[in-house]
Amino acid sequence: MSKKIYLYPGWIRIWHILNTLMFIILIVTGISMQYTGRKDHLLMVGFVRAVRWHNIAAIILIINYIIFVAGNIITKNGKYYRLKKQNFWSDLWIQMRYYTSGMFKKEKPPFPVTEVRKFNPLQKFIYVLAMYVALPLLIISGIGLLLPDITINKLFGVSGLVLTDFLHIAMAFLLSVFFIVHIYTCTLGSKPLSLFGEIISGYHEAEEEE
Amino acid sequence: MKFFFALILFTGLSTYCSPVAVFISEKAGPIGKDTSLYISPFREKNERCFKCHGQGRYEYTNENLGRQVKSLMFPQGIIDRNKFYIANHKSFSCTDCHSEDYTKFPHPGQLRMGMSNNCLDCHGGDEKFAKFKFEEIDSDYRKSVHFKLEDEGFTCWSCHNPHEYKISIRDSKNLKETILYDNNICLDCHSNYNRFQLLSDKGEVNIMKKHDWLPDQAAHFKSVRCIECHSAINDSVLVSHQIMPKENAVRKCNECHSKNSLLMSSLYKFQYQGKSKAGFLNGIILNQSYVIGANRNEYLEWISFVIFTIVLIVIGIHVFLRMRK
Ligand code: HEC
Ligand code: HEC
Ligand code: HEC
Ligand code: HEC
Ligand code: HEC
Ligand code: HEC
Ligand code: HEC
Ligand code: HEM
Repeated sequence: MSKKIYLYPGWIRIWHILNTLMFIILIVTGISMQYTGRKDHLLMVGFVRAVRWHNIAAIILIINYIIFVAGNIITKNGKYYRLKKQNFWSDLWIQMRYYTSGMFKKEKPPFPVTEVRKFNPLQKFIYVLAMYVALPLLIISGIGLLLPDITINKLFGVSGLVLTDFLHIAMAFLLSVFFIVHIYTCTLGSKPLSLFGEIISGYHEAEEEE
Repeated sequence: MKFFFALILFTGLSTYCSPVAVFISEKAGPIGKDTSLYISPFREKNERCFKCHGQGRYEYTNENLGRQVKSLMFPQGIIDRNKFYIANHKSFSCTDCHSEDYTKFPHPGQLRMGMSNNCLDCHGGDEKFAKFKFEEIDSDYRKSVHFKLEDEGFTCWSCHNPHEYKISIRDSKNLKETILYDNNICLDCHSNYNRFQLLSDKGEVNIMKKHDWLPDQAAHFKSVRCIECHSAINDSVLVSHQIMPKENAVRKCNECHSKNSLLMSSLYKFQYQGKSKAGFLNGIILNQSYVIGANRNEYLEWISFVIFTIVLIVIGIHVFLRMRK
């Protein structure tokens, strides 16, 4: 019998589902804005609607993000995101080796999920990059585009809006890549779909002990 | 971890706290503004008129009372010397366009009935001004919504203030200023009901309300001119003069926010040489604005496409290896 551990508290699950929905809306409307043509396109949301929904979804996402950060400060969930210097690169390497070869040889995961370690080192590193670097930059640059008056006009002779937009699009792209990889790595649980069940129910089926 | 926070904080601050610096430098900016280095040969002569028309108050000798009388000039009669001497027609004497009889005061009554010169009277068929294409502009103007108001007194001078008009877009160094200048031409009637009512019996229209559908109206009106949306595109003149009825105005966002943005055949027409700048579509716009949809970068798009493909391929291989076991 496998043991069940409660890993994803209610607020994280609600945060996560909202975050996902908003993220999808932002990607679809963002791409629509970037690629509008002179003629309306079947697959694209119209420009007016795209702008409106992008703004609405962004504001919800930002509020939601604040909840995420606050939640991770207030509750114990934050400790899962703390990177440790000790063995940092070697742990990443071990996990990387597992994903690229070990798991095909049916080896055991080097860092099994427990109550004290929700994420493996690689996963943790990626989550920290996504949640505490890319997303804040995305949000800051997004606010800069939303309220162009606070955006610096010129930097090194280039329009500040251009730089802001660059940052925005670059981060959006990286997070979209994260998004794809994230969904994929979430099929790497004990069964391909088990992790998706977990982020909904909150309970993790611990890998069988010896 | 601390490093990351520092990084974010640094990037965030350096990008967004700098408006303060910009604000300061803007305040320091335009003090030494070039008023008029140009010395008109008629400077002295024009003072005959400027002594009354150059400011709000004028004086004259009332011969019946036998003393000086002070009075207020009507607002439209006040002409700004600084603006006059940088305008296109700065080299003119007042009496080149106005009758010499205006030197008399009170001005003789029949002068009111006189006709003023039209642009074409002087500029029509003149080789020196061929590049402006006055004839073409005139025929465009005849098709514009304002032409039907000629009977009410609308002329080219209604938009081209005789004492202040200065070409702007043709040699624009600061596009934002040009946009402001050009838009003020229109707003001088369309949000100045005193002037508007001389020409139309239509009630007052709130122009800002009429454009409510445009998000971030302030940003748009600072970055595009009224004529971008309101005039028919004419590739043979720099400034299209055919203002269309409101039904034909541009309303669809993607007319501008797209790869083949109409801005390239209007606002940015003069600068546009068809090249792209460092892979940017319509790169010339970037000097002034960033127009979502019109300013994509082809190199970046290409790189993203490659990265995305690689990620998908890696995932594909991973799936394959997992299934093989
Ligand atoms: C002594 C003061 C004085 C001087 C000098 C003077 N003006 Fe005037 N001007 C006025 C006043 C007052 C009015 C408004 C009353 C009127 O229309 O007579 C006026 C009106 C005008 C008008 C408008 C007339 C209309 O039809 O509405 C024109 C054009 C004009 N002046 C041109 C000139 C020119 C050109 C000169 C110089 C050659 C000149 N003025 C010199 C006081 C002056
Ligand atoms: C390039 C030709 C030109 C020159 C130069 C010129 N004016 Fe005028 N001025 C006009 C025209 C045209 C009008 C009529 C404007 C209209 O119909 O809206 C006018 C109108 C006026 C008016 C009446 C304004 C009003 O709204 O009632 C005054 C006053 C005047 N001019 C004074 C002057 C003075 C003073 C000078 C010299 C400093 C001068 N003008 C130089 C073309 C000129
Ligand atoms: C009385 C004759 C006359 C009238 C009327 C007149 N202009 Fe001019 N305009 C001139 C002359 C002469 C010059 C050249 C002035 C100079 O070089 O200093 C000039 C210069 C210009 C220039 C600047 C050309 C350059 O190369 O810098 C423009 C633009 C212009 N006029 C437009 C107009 C418009 C628009 C109108 C009507 C609203 C008009 N003009 C009415 C005679 C006139
Ligand atoms: C509804 C307003 C309006 C009317 C009416 C109007 N213009 Fe203009 N015109 C403009 C604006 C706006 C510009 C752009 C000014 C700038 O930025 O240099 C302009 C620019 C011009 C230029 C300079 C173009 C260049 O190549 O630099 C000429 C010449 C000109 N107009 C002539 C005329 C003539 C002639 C008439 C009358 C037949 C006329 N305009 C009537 C609004 C008007
Ligand atoms: C001298 C005053 C004046 C100036 C300057 C002026 N307009 Fe107008 N405009 C009018 C008047 C008056 C009407 C007619 C309103 C009516 O009776 O329908 C009008 C009508 C219009 C209309 C048609 C509205 C409709 O009901 O279809 C448009 C569009 C327009 N103007 C745009 C512009 C633009 C763009 C500019 C600047 C390039 C400009 N106007 C400059 C006075 C002006
Ligand atoms: C982004 C495009 C765009 C720009 C920029 C723009 N307009 Fe318009 N404008 C429109 C459209 C579309 C309508 C028709 C609105 C309607 O029918 O309700 C309109 C309507 C109008 C009308 C008619 C209002 C009425 O119902 O009587 C006037 C006058 C006008 N605009 C003037 C201006 C002036 C002046 C400026 C510059 C300060 C300007 N517009 C800038 C698109 C634009
Ligand atoms: C006449 C051309 C034109 C049309 C039509 C137009 N736009 Fe824009 N838009 C611009 C330009 C130019 C900018 C860049 C503004 C700047 O420099 O900040 C812009 C900027 C924007 C921005 C970003 C503003 C910011 O915060 O920096 C949004 C959002 C936007 N447009 C939405 C729309 C929507 C929605 C529509 C249709 C209802 C529309 N635009 C129609 C030219 C246009
Ligand atoms: C269809 C879209 C998505 C699916 C199916 C999905 C699925 C999952 C699953 C199954 C988990 C639990 C497994 C684990 O902890 O790794 C999880 C956790 C997580 N996901 Fe997602 N996700 C999606 C979108 C996103 C997006 C867009 C983001 C961020 C931009 C994100 C950020 C996170 C984070 C930070 C966690 C850890 C939460 C915690 O427990 O503290 N997810 N996701």
